[in-house]
Amino acid sequence: MRLSGRFSFGLAAATLILSGCQETSSLPKVGEQLVKIGHAAPLTGTQAHIGKDNENGVRLAIEEANAAGIVIGGQKIRFQLLSEDDQADPKNGTIVAHKLADAEINGMIGHLNSGTTIPASRVYHDAGIPQISPSATNPKYTQQGFKSAFRTMANDVQQGRLLGQFVTGHLAAKRIAIIDDRTAYGQGLADEFEKSVKANGGVIVAREFTTDKSTDFRAILTAIKGKQPDVLFFGGMDPQGGPLMRQVRSLGITARFLGGDGVYTPEFIKLAGSAAEGAYSSLPGVPLEKMPSGIAFRDKYRTKYSREIQLYAPFCYDAVNIMIEAMRRADSVKPEKYLPELAKTDHHGVTARIMFDEKGDLKDGAITFYQVRNGKWEVTETLSSMPTASVPTAATPVADEQS
Amino acid sequence: MDIFLQQIINGLVLGSIYALVALGYTMVYGILGLINFAHGEVVMIGAMVALAAIHALTGTPLPGPVIVLMGLLIAIPACMLLGYGIERVAYRPLRNAPRLAPLITAIGVSIVLQNLAMIIWGRQYIAFPPLLPNDAYVIAGASITLLQIFIFLLAMAIMAGLIFLVKKTRLGRAMRATAQNPEVAGLMGVNVNSVISATFIIGSALAAVAGLMVGAYYGLAHYYMGFLLGLKAFSAAVLGGIGNLGGAMLGGLLLGVIESLGAGYIGPLTGGVLGSHYQDVFAFFVLILVLVFRPSGLLGERTTERA
Repeated sequence: MRLSGRFSFGLAAATLILSGCQETSSLPKVGEQLVKIGHAAPLTGTQAHIGKDNENGVRLAIEEANAAGIVIGGQKIRFQLLSEDDQADPKNGTIVAHKLADAEINGMIGHLNSGTTIPASRVYHDAGIPQISPSATNPKYTQQGFKSAFRTMANDVQQGRLLGQFVTGHLAAKRIAIIDDRTAYGQGLADEFEKSVKANGGVIVAREFTTDKSTDFRAILTAIKGKQPDVLFFGGMDPQGGPLMRQVRSLGITARFLGGDGVYTPEFIKLAGSAAEGAYSSLPGVPLEKMPSGIAFRDKYRTKYSREIQLYAPFCYDAVNIMIEAMRRADSVKPEKYLPELAKTDHHGVTARIMFDEKGDLKDGAITFYQVRNGKWEVTETLSSMPTASVPTAATPVADEQS
Repeated sequence: MDIFLQQIINGLVLGSIYALVALGYTMVYGILGLINFAHGEVVMIGAMVALAAIHALTGTPLPGPVIVLMGLLIAIPACMLLGYGIERVAYRPLRNAPRLAPLITAIGVSIVLQNLAMIIWGRQYIAFPPLLPNDAYVIAGASITLLQIFIFLLAMAIMAGLIFLVKKTRLGRAMRATAQNPEVAGLMGVNVNSVISATFIIGSALAAVAGLMVGAYYGLAHYYMGFLLGLKAFSAAVLGGIGNLGGAMLGGLLLGVIESLGAGYIGPLTGGVLGSHYQDVFAFFVLILVLVFRPSGLLGERTTERA
């Protein structure tokens, strides 16, 4: 914020006060052990709708676990959600991380953005708290050597490489323009994408930048228009992606549009309006409809919150279940006891079959490509991120390991 | 050349929205010496109310532009009421308090309005239904939409009207008198309280128009949209000389054009060292330069010493 530190401090203080009311109160009954699960995401600000979606995913898993009456270490367990608002701001990310660590949470789900997850991961690591980010994709998160850091989503190296192959292969594009929002996520994904495009014989004709708070992109789009790209790639989230898409078309740019997971939301289509038609995006994981438990999850989410899933709620749901499973296998809710079990996860979740490599990244993070057709995201194809796996260039049905 | 022209068009449209919001800051500052930080939030509420009305009317057989006009006609009185209320509740009781006090209540009002909007309209982005024609005309290689032309002309017309109001009408004279010295103006029979209320009401009406413009132009509204817009508009007012109506217009248009040109040309100009994400740095660098050499802004004068 440009005006004064005092102003943003006032805002931060007020939102902290407000967010204090968001804890789910569930007092343990006699004979029950309380297990605190931390969660952090932007619950205010421009990405609040995605943050709330994450929280909903976590809450759904926790409420199911409580209803199931899980017994660990001979004691009935009551899970409690401590949800914090990090405002997608790295500074606030570490503030809420300290707050959660002080509250002695047993495990952490979050944060949403790479920019908050990376600095916060040190806090959780130092406090010995296992952390699963449902949506941070920047490779640095798991490259710091923290044994406590995991993610349930393919990282940007995996995703960026496949995005590049998709553009040069499936879309047969040569001239690529790139815009990113200068966040750890947007920039990270755009960098990996750029590398992959170049490796696959594409040419980067323009590299422009915006911020994660902008609404006007006409200036950079005008600069891009002169370079006549075949494909325009955007590394960022839907609050920028939607209006950007609209402005792309109103400036008469005909290039095809491709985004990462940050734009794979119903919100993107709503914001871009008719301009969204034909846009591509990628999302780590297998389409929800292809997973046996995926459809059930979608229906449960709809019934409980009477709205559609925005984006990462399924990844949050999986993350909580993985954590609870590890606690059950270790028969302990103590972080140091169940952390080794967490690393051995093999979980058939709603997003994919989830296994971690030695760094805490997904083994074989599959990536699915989607395109907007008739105002809805439809599956185009799913690519495997295993370097050895052959990459299909035509639309192929998704291999489903469970049915 | 077509790219340059396009950037100028982009900048002028963006700038005319900044200018409209900047007028709200500058009017209040001119009369009260107070920076009304809640003004950006009034713009947001204007957009939200207009959109709510538009969503309620969409589906009726009325033609699109009529629906948008109805939305505007509902948003304007709503914002006028809000502006009056803000002044009444947050500023009037502090009229004689130290200067810092109303600044703090302004920030407080801003946070309250943001959170109220979040509770009422939710955290979701609210999309603007495609009611207005979005056809682009190509002039000398630059594309311009009917909406852009309309936004620019409407903003100019409103600003001309406002200047007429302040310079030529009885209310305007009372405003200028209050700005110079509220106590003496009161002794001369000017009802200072109602003049100040009128200032807030007019500024808020402009905010409602600006809010709908932003909503229609970018196709969305969000409870957080007023924050950055407010900061930019405030900067525009300072750039032009805060307290000066013409200055707010000039500052707004300049800031819009500088931002556009900055984003478009900063990369090539610096040989790729600075990318387009420095567009705001560029704009604020110009602001700093202007303030270093003309501390009271481009059109500002060393004006009234305020009590």
